[in-house]
Amino acid sequence: MNMHVETAQPAVSISNLSKTYDTGFEALKSVNLDIRKGEIFALLGPNGAGKTTLIGSVCGLVNPTSGTILVNGHDVIEEFRKTRAVIGLVPQELTGERYETVWDNVSFTRGLFGKPRNDALVEKILKDLSLWDKRKERVITLSGGMKRRVLIAKAMSHQPAILFLDEPTAGVDVELRRDMWRVVRDLKESGVTIILTTHYIEEAEEMADRIGIISNGEIILVEEKNELMAKLGKKDLTIELQDPIATLPEHLVSLGLRLEREGTQLVHSYDTQAERTGIASLMAAVSAEGLRIRDLSTSQSSLEDIFIGLLRDRT
Amino acid sequence: MNLYAIKAIYTFEMARWWRTALQSVVSPVVSTSLYFVVFGAAIGSRIDSVEGVSYGAFIVPGLIMLSLLQQSISNASFGIYFPKFSGTIYEILSAPISHVETVIAYVGAAATKSVILSLIMLATAGFFVDLTIAHPVWMVVFLILTATTFSLIGFIIGIWADGFEKLQLFPLLIVTPLAFLGGTFYSITMLPPVWQTISLFNPVVYLVSGFRWSFYGVADVDIVVSLGMTLGFLAAALTVVTWMFRTGYKLRT
Ligand SMILES: Nc1ncnc2c1ncn2[C@@H]1O[C@H](COP(=O)(O)OP(=O)(O)OP(=O)(O)O)[C@@H](O)[C@H]1O
Ligand SMILES: [Mg+2]
Repeated sequence: MNMHVETAQPAVSISNLSKTYDTGFEALKSVNLDIRKGEIFALLGPNGAGKTTLIGSVCGLVNPTSGTILVNGHDVIEEFRKTRAVIGLVPQELTGERYETVWDNVSFTRGLFGKPRNDALVEKILKDLSLWDKRKERVITLSGGMKRRVLIAKAMSHQPAILFLDEPTAGVDVELRRDMWRVVRDLKESGVTIILTTHYIEEAEEMADRIGIISNGEIILVEEKNELMAKLGKKDLTIELQDPIATLPEHLVSLGLRLEREGTQLVHSYDTQAERTGIASLMAAVSAEGLRIRDLSTSQSSLEDIFIGLLRDRT
Repeated sequence: MNLYAIKAIYTFEMARWWRTALQSVVSPVVSTSLYFVVFGAAIGSRIDSVEGVSYGAFIVPGLIMLSLLQQSISNASFGIYFPKFSGTIYEILSAPISHVETVIAYVGAAATKSVILSLIMLATAGFFVDLTIAHPVWMVVFLILTATTFSLIGFIIGIWADGFEKLQLFPLLIVTPLAFLGGTFYSITMLPPVWQTISLFNPVVYLVSGFRWSFYGVADVDIVVSLGMTLGFLAAALTVVTWMFRTGYKLRT
């Protein structure tokens, strides 16, 4: 057996990509980004950050102003046939040939991407996405969530190696969202590289291997999810008191403790990466004040907190 | 060549058409019949014949040409405008399909529809007048060339238009008047000399004249000129389409 070292070519390699729209608006500013084969990459960023523009540039919807994009080593403009054939796209907007059936819509996409008809595969995809019962219905008659599934089915119909999901779970209920997460995980299992954008941070937290944050057309951070959580993550230590207190002793305030929940809780935020967390001395100080401790707990801050923190730091 | 893609678009477009067959097939047939009743029977009975052809039969090629121009443009312009309007164009743009293939599929489907319609109208006309077709092969050649050219023009309009009004503008303001003034219902030799000369600037004259020649062997302008002009229009339309795609005109942002 050969051991492969991690020198594999990236699935998508974006260098110095800029896009200025006809309006003069600079939506992407010299973006550099590599997507690794087989990973789930979550692109996060506020409205108008440039996520859809970035995806459109890779998929052929947007003419980049400058820069290069390689997909499996092929240029997306010069060798568009090779690159587009391996990319599936689930767009942000709900569209679809509204007056055609689900089945026809999905089969159509497969043909469009140069693949011969394969009813068995389309059947499997529709079943996986719980669309089988709806196959003969016209898309216009479906609910928003179902339309979203049809778009995913269309993108999967030509068995892409790279799948872009532009806010796949926007306006989708919790159950459907979990369904989609399952579908995306299955795709990853089968070796598909997935790039998704989302406004739901818990989604990135749940799904992604790596996270990129984009703001004002610039990638401001790309990090392994776990490292990002660990590096930027703060933990809250919550000390529940046996008896509520009215004011926090001066000494404890100076140690960075806050009084919360009507005097029943002391909260201390600390950096998990710091050399010394100072928890031991904190606990000693609390008992020295004669406060009786009922319970202790710690909680890690979410990506959302990190995200908001990052964006705040930049403005 | 991504033949599967061409086939996918082509069959999709044709299926859309069949589904609305009532409006897309029946209404042109009804309007043609009305023309025959009004012009052929009512007015035609007072006109002896034009260049040896009974008036009712004389107007058949012109009427078919008129509808061919209108149908080609409207089919092709809607065919590409609709995905732009509904947003499904994203799929075409992200697919591994070249501009040439896109044009072949959309224009091919639109031209097929209008040729089929023309043949249906021809059959309908057979109920009203005695038809002779002197050069059937040339008739089909003129049909296909003209259908392709005007489907290309429709395609261009569909890409250019950013609203339904614009879609109607060109056919309504330019094509229909030119068709009516292009010898659809008369031979331009019936006009005063000045108007005959002016008519020669009307492209439709060449199309109608050539098409009518394939039926009755009579023409307003030399058949070679007609054929040359018809091919010239096709080349012009192809040039504009090529330019649009080269520059990414109004398709990719
Ligand atoms: N066709 C266009 N012409 C001009 N400006 C555009 C065009 N498309 C997008 N923009 C602008 O470019 C910026 C980036 O848009 P984009 O759609 O990429 O953002 P996004 O990160 O996907 O936002 P959202 O989260 O709202 O989907 C926005 O300010 C938008 O207004
Ligand atoms: Mg977007």
